[in-house]
Amino acid sequence: MSPERGPRIAVVVFPGSNDDRDAALALEDLGAEPTLVWHAEPTLPEVSAVVLPGGFSYGDYLRCGAIARFAPVMDGVTHFAAEGGLVLGICNGFQVLCEAGLLPGTLRPNASLSFVCRDVTLLVERADTPFTSRCEPGRSLSIPVKHGEGCYFADGELLAELEANGQLVLRYEDNPNGSIGAVAGVINTDGNVFGLMPHPEHAVDPLLGSTDGTLILGSLVDAARDRSPVPV
Amino acid sequence: MRATVLVRPKPGILDPQGEAVESSLRQLGFAVEEARIGKVVDLELGDGDPEQAKADLERMCVQLLANPLIESYEITVTQ
Repeated sequence: MSPERGPRIAVVVFPGSNDDRDAALALEDLGAEPTLVWHAEPTLPEVSAVVLPGGFSYGDYLRCGAIARFAPVMDGVTHFAAEGGLVLGICNGFQVLCEAGLLPGTLRPNASLSFVCRDVTLLVERADTPFTSRCEPGRSLSIPVKHGEGCYFADGELLAELEANGQLVLRYEDNPNGSIGAVAGVINTDGNVFGLMPHPEHAVDPLLGSTDGTLILGSLVDAARDRSPVPV
Repeated sequence: MRATVLVRPKPGILDPQGEAVESSLRQLGFAVEEARIGKVVDLELGDGDPEQAKADLERMCVQLLANPLIESYEITVTQ
């Protein structure tokens, strides 16, 4: 008998993405079958989850993620999300999801104006999402950030709404970028689209200083395994 | 027809670029109380219907040029 195949997860590659292969490698190590999907594809292949990776899609022109949201493949991603498909946006992928309106709020230049590149401590506010199920509630994670525009912003009304709905899934212990409410990761109301600025795919091996990223990506792989692929 | 779109950070939105420029201008000895930095987009629109062009410009701003959550925009049409 052949071993059970892992869930197929699309990793979208935009011009300027640079963490796509790291994300794919990490997912593969966690038992998934990643498949890289070029931004110009008009549809998504049959997959159980989609990852929008980090990088500088379209050179971050105009605003980070503003141009990538119009990539042909994004129609497929939007449709996939609307059907309840699992979508994870990491760093630039988070920015794209916000610009596309799949996640609330937006990301602004860091308050310090400096690019931050270091490990940060994240507090897991909710462990009952498909992206955090491997974490115990209240656990902290050590995962690196590397961004110039990771300052999460939502106006007072929106922030209160997100807070009340439990959509602020991850917060920084020591806010590295001026994010409002120290928000590091946000989920949509349906609980199937999640974005975060830190890079779990860079914290999956003891050699990299932390394996806490496997708790996020492993949660996604577990959740994807439980779902049948969605044809788009 | 030509048009210029000015995109500005909304009041109250943190503008670290503006703050950096404001502090540099002060260091140069200028009496600057606040600097805010936005974007200018110059557009060449050809010779279409001006009313249609105005409606299109509005949609361009909402759909792409500005993020309404954090930015305001101002459209000026020049001949």
